[in-house]
Amino acid sequence: MPVEVIIKALFIILVVIGALAPVMTWTERKQSAVMQDRIGANRADIAGITVLGLLHPLADVVKLLTKEDVVPLGANRIMHLLAPVIAAVPAIIAYGVIPFGGVYTFGQDTISMVVSNPDWGLLYIFAIGSIATYGTIMAGWASNNNWSLLGGMRASAQMISYEVTMGLSVVGIFMVFGTLQLQNMVIAQDTTFRIFGFLEYLIPGFQLPGFLSSFPFVLPMWGIFLQPLGFLMFLTTIMAENKRPPFDVPEGESEIIAGYFTEYSGMRFGLFFMAEFIEIVVIAGLVATLFLGGWTIPWVTTADFIGAVSPILGQGVATGLCVIVHFLMFMAKVVVLIWLQMSLRWGLPRFRYDQVMDLCWKGILPLSIANIFVTGAILLLLGDAS
Amino acid sequence: MSVPLFLFYAFAVLAVLSALGMVLNLRNTVAAALSLVVTMVSLAGIYVLLEAHLVAAIQIMVYGGAIVVLFLFVVMLLNLRTDTFLPARQRALKVAGSLLGVVLLIETLRLLGGFPESPPLPEGFGGYRQLGIALYTDYLLIVEVISLLLTAAIVGALVLAKRNID
Repeated sequence: MPVEVIIKALFIILVVIGALAPVMTWTERKQSAVMQDRIGANRADIAGITVLGLLHPLADVVKLLTKEDVVPLGANRIMHLLAPVIAAVPAIIAYGVIPFGGVYTFGQDTISMVVSNPDWGLLYIFAIGSIATYGTIMAGWASNNNWSLLGGMRASAQMISYEVTMGLSVVGIFMVFGTLQLQNMVIAQDTTFRIFGFLEYLIPGFQLPGFLSSFPFVLPMWGIFLQPLGFLMFLTTIMAENKRPPFDVPEGESEIIAGYFTEYSGMRFGLFFMAEFIEIVVIAGLVATLFLGGWTIPWVTTADFIGAVSPILGQGVATGLCVIVHFLMFMAKVVVLIWLQMSLRWGLPRFRYDQVMDLCWKGILPLSIANIFVTGAILLLLGDAS
Repeated sequence: MSVPLFLFYAFAVLAVLSALGMVLNLRNTVAAALSLVVTMVSLAGIYVLLEAHLVAAIQIMVYGGAIVVLFLFVVMLLNLRTDTFLPARQRALKVAGSLLGVVLLIETLRLLGGFPESPPLPEGFGGYRQLGIALYTDYLLIVEVISLLLTAAIVGALVLAKRNID
């Protein structure tokens, strides 16, 4: 059992996070260049070979590792050194409860493609995320710099506020699927529903005509279709938690230099930078799991897939193929969500500080409570049928 | 030593050390508050070992995450020093703290006499389901009264803040 867990954890760190994070720094620069009609990063080369600028992540790492690591005079040395670690570690370990594949049976063995599936799964991510706040506050306070302190205070205010609304915006999803365990939530999404199916439950004796029960009127049972408002609110709040533009008031480059990491250099600045990028992957994985069906293939359930392929290839190979397809499906959704986050980052103007707070407390908070009420009312109306 | 027992001692030692760090750190208020965070997180670890998963998550989210961040926010905003506390107020705090300490000592001594045999845990103990059912059936009245109290507190805070602004 421990060996299995360690292999899964290594798989996530090396394949999901390790492969995506460096490529993302390149993608972000290239995408911003395209959106601003520039050429973008293309100069780093080894013996004249540039590979589209893909060597830039490598050059960045070399640069960050060889730069001088400055602790400012009068700063609290221990906290200054500790802050980037506290910011980066929660982002990595949050991936422990996000499933990257389903539950498969190979003969006697059952394998669940998630490192850990505790019954408080999503709460674990929220708890870990709330610890990450301290990284920014400590960095801001320990730097002995007024701009850093302002950045740290802005970060703490913003992150506490958005934590509240982030929790409330996914309550609807808990109510619909009736679980907090992420793997079980994805399994609940591994099916389809008829858009007008609810009419049969509301009108006794009513039978849906055949054409309304077939393809274009049948959707995968994904969170985004059951909780569209919840999806928008959750994506907004969790992006605000990550403090990237348009929610970058803690950094506020035009107002407070670089906010809480003004006084950081070298690889410890790199750690803050990395934490942000890893969080993008975590956000993508979490949103995909909650709202886009995680590893499920739209319109094709796991049983259907294995049932259709196993007469040709046999049960074992079909299951193995299913594992691979599910993982690729999950990664495809993650990549789409990463692209979405980066497009929003370069496509939207920044919020002013008071606008960020207004959006949270006056916009999303009332909406999320209304969402909970409406969801509850609908679930009550449909009764067991839902 | 089994793994849970080892983890328990690790978390217990960490909790006690960080609690001492918080109390004895008079010079640096921010460091004291951060020690409090470590205490909260260690306690959450002990709750997990006791199968109280939901309480552990809430311990980290509410106490570790939100409340101490607010403490830090206020400390950093006001830039508090120890000498800004009034001596009279401090004396009252010391008396109250000593009284609480005596109560805690008596309770601890009472418990050292021997632990009662713990009954086997019911199905789903510590999960959100059992807690939710308990809160909204047996303890519904208390939950409603607390929610009313909190609403009153929020309205009161708003009124006080508004008076300062006007």
